[in-house]
Amino acid sequence: MQITTPQFKENATRAIQDASLQKALKNVETGFIAKRLAATDALPEFDALRDNARDIKNHTLAHLDLYLEEYEKKVTASGGHVHFAETAEEARAIILDICRKRNAKSVTKGKSMITEEIGLNDFFEKNGIQPVETDLGEYIIQLRGETPSHIIAPAVHLNKDQIESDFRRVHTHLPAGRDLSEHEALLNEARQVLRKRYFEADVGVTGANFLIAETGSSVIVTNEGNGDLTQTLGKCHVVVASIEKVVPTLNDCAQILRLLARSATGQDMSVYTTFSTGPKRAEDPDGPEEYHVVLLDNGRTAMLGTEFQEMLRCIRGACMNHCPVYHAVGGHAYGAVYPGPMGAVLTPSLSGIEVGGNLPNASTFCGRCESVCPMRIPLPKMMRHWREREFEKHLQPTAARYGLKVWAFFAKRPKLYRAAVSVAMPLLSALGGSKRRIHSLPLAGGWTRHREMPAPEGKTFLQAWAERQATGAGR
Amino acid sequence: MSARDNILSKVRRSLGAAGDDPQRRATVKTRIADAAPGLIPARGQLPSEERVKLFCYYAEKYGATTARIASIEGLPGEVSRYLKSRNLPASVRMGSDPLLAAAHFESEPVLTVLTGASDGNDLAGVSHAQAGVAESGTLVLASGPDNPVTINFLPEHHIVAVKAEDIGGSLEEAFARVTATYGKGEMPRTVNFVTGPSRSGDIEQKIIMGAHGPRALHIVIVD
Amino acid sequence: MTKKPTVGLFVTCLADLFRPTVGFAAAKLIQDAGCDLEVPMAQTCCGQPAYNSGDRADARALAMQAIEAFEEFDYVVAPSGSCAGMLKKHYPGLFKGDPTWEPRAIAFSAKVHELVSFLTDVMKVETVQSSFSGTVTYHDSCSGLRELGIKQQPRKLLKSIPGVKISEMKDSEVCCGFGGTFCVKYPDISNAIVEKKVATVDDTGADLLLAGDIGCLMNMAGKIRREGGRTEVRHVAEVLADMTDVPPIAGK
Repeated sequence: MQITTPQFKENATRAIQDASLQKALKNVETGFIAKRLAATDALPEFDALRDNARDIKNHTLAHLDLYLEEYEKKVTASGGHVHFAETAEEARAIILDICRKRNAKSVTKGKSMITEEIGLNDFFEKNGIQPVETDLGEYIIQLRGETPSHIIAPAVHLNKDQIESDFRRVHTHLPAGRDLSEHEALLNEARQVLRKRYFEADVGVTGANFLIAETGSSVIVTNEGNGDLTQTLGKCHVVVASIEKVVPTLNDCAQILRLLARSATGQDMSVYTTFSTGPKRAEDPDGPEEYHVVLLDNGRTAMLGTEFQEMLRCIRGACMNHCPVYHAVGGHAYGAVYPGPMGAVLTPSLSGIEVGGNLPNASTFCGRCESVCPMRIPLPKMMRHWREREFEKHLQPTAARYGLKVWAFFAKRPKLYRAAVSVAMPLLSALGGSKRRIHSLPLAGGWTRHREMPAPEGKTFLQAWAERQATGAGR
Repeated sequence: MSARDNILSKVRRSLGAAGDDPQRRATVKTRIADAAPGLIPARGQLPSEERVKLFCYYAEKYGATTARIASIEGLPGEVSRYLKSRNLPASVRMGSDPLLAAAHFESEPVLTVLTGASDGNDLAGVSHAQAGVAESGTLVLASGPDNPVTINFLPEHHIVAVKAEDIGGSLEEAFARVTATYGKGEMPRTVNFVTGPSRSGDIEQKIIMGAHGPRALHIVIVD
Repeated sequence: MTKKPTVGLFVTCLADLFRPTVGFAAAKLIQDAGCDLEVPMAQTCCGQPAYNSGDRADARALAMQAIEAFEEFDYVVAPSGSCAGMLKKHYPGLFKGDPTWEPRAIAFSAKVHELVSFLTDVMKVETVQSSFSGTVTYHDSCSGLRELGIKQQPRKLLKSIPGVKISEMKDSEVCCGFGGTFCVKYPDISNAIVEKKVATVDDTGADLLLAGDIGCLMNMAGKIRREGGRTEVRHVAEVLADMTDVPPIAGK
């Protein structure tokens, strides 16, 4: 995917003015938040489970090398193949090789953000293999040549009418006069079209929500069943997952599973939680003949042992559904694979702070993301760490850096500060006049473009307090 | 050095840990061997009859329909009834599951029973779930000739028989059953935890049933 | 006779520079609650702008200044959830591993309180005397809410005023879009967020919008006045201390 995070500000402004997108984003604001709250309120143990989940992941990360080894042993013992890939390039090459060995022409895909991260679809197409997204949201955006705007609801930025026009444009084999005005009709059409593709696929590629060391299983969580048809009907099942997806045991997985659907969509469980272990057994009447797991680093090892290690606990849950910035601009404005608060922390790790810097800066630190994160990741704290890295590298815009330096210079020298503000505040107050506000102010265009600037009352508090103390007036 | 070696040694370097550290190895081995359950919500920890009721509550919340029969012999009749009520042809696909065999579907001659994996042309499929999970209304189905996985996903209507005594309170109990059946650390190719019929909210966040998997799930609880 | 608790008032830079009335209101409330109040003159800023911009060195320097000026008091009280949050929750971390300053910062942080929660939770104030009359709505500023748990306390004291009627806004806990330097770094996004907030304020029909943080209040007041809305804006301390004679924030 083409990362456009350096143009985040422009992307955001465009997104804010996009009426159709704003209408669609209302669904995020209203739907997901209420549903999550209902689900979490109904489970008294929810917060305790978050603590357990955090501890399980922390333990796993502290022993990640050993759990990866155990996991690999079990996968191999069950007849599967494990491949390690340090970079996106390596991962793509491994996957292509698996597909070539099977003479694959068409590959179905379950919804997988990691395959977005490594740019798998474009790579497939360049190499003569047709990728078919089967998750309804992913399928819709594939038709539009777009990238997902939300990690759980990829087409959340679209309205029904847009989807109808895409279906009519692409599904030309169907009668032109058919009625697609209802949501159900659109869903049925997608179901019909994709059914055929499942059967035609040589290889099925899925991601993994979890990798279980105890059994060598990969776990996917879906509502549609598309990931299941992808991996069961495809003759070869390829799982792509980053290394931090490992958890030790099935019971550990259960702790975290209880948080996942509730946090993301407000369901107690997703419709399908599927544990896949190895290829089909000799006696199985269905299932893939081959099972491959591609374990990807792509920057994760560089996060271990740093102040960003906690980000590796992420299970892709609730943060972006609760973020006021995400609500305002939607996912595409972020210009990166992962949007929202988790994207703000992960993108500089994956793409470098020079490229991703806008994201950890475009936060009010309201803390709502952290308050709903199922894995108790301190997201604002890590965004602040990115700002510290930027400061060290002098990456911030000069005006901002200079302005803050001037402020700190005075603030560290109280007497000088007093002298300066005792002149500045009455001046500013005078500018405000009887209306007590200023309509436009040089150097404060960022503020006054959209709002009035409240005028100071005049003297500063410390000035007025000192005067009152001196005259003995007031207490 | 292979990518595998590079990645593992990077992990160790980042953590400041040694791969051959006996303490770390023991910790990992023990955790996997013990596989201790964590916090189990009180919700599903009920006497058996209340557990079954809770199971039905959640299954129905997620769009399944439920029925209860006194013994497995009642299954063919229930399946026929279901198909008739949905105006479906009297034909189902199922595997070679012993419990389903014990139902004696031949006692219901009007019903055509096809066996084996589904090829996508079945309108209805019948499976037997190893377990149920009351805390979320979830069914647990394992792959194999007894219950081919394709029957869980391809037919439009999925009818699943589960024994009342196999409905546990928690996910952990379901995992314990799987472990008991296949052995510690062993799994069949696929274990599906199914909660309701297939659904999608991808079009304007409106929830619709029957995305890719079954549009209807009918659970038959067998006493 | 037991000695009165001593309180150092950390007035906050925004109150000091833009709205001294809040400082006087805070002082009155703290003294009425039975404390001996002092205002150290060497205070300027809690260091949050530097801290949130990644400048830990300047943040540390300002923290040391604040700790030195205030650590002698029994309590340090600030009429701001965001500044109090900085002093209470973030100062210790700035000195992690420093054998001299970490203990001092921890001891200092233990004494820090946001104004309203200090009155209700520490001084056990149940009612305030205020002649204010009108319908108010209350915005839950993010730091106060999520770092310090301030939610019920301002409402409790407001309800103790006979003339006050509270009309809760929808999504009172959603950010107003100020975020310190965020509002000038990303003005269009900040504006989109404050527009939504101001619409929910408008829907309450309240005469007056209150909150415990001047940054949020200036942001929301500036927007309401630009849009020509009818709601006036004040810091909650002004109502609690019966000091609503001065013009509201950004005028009428």
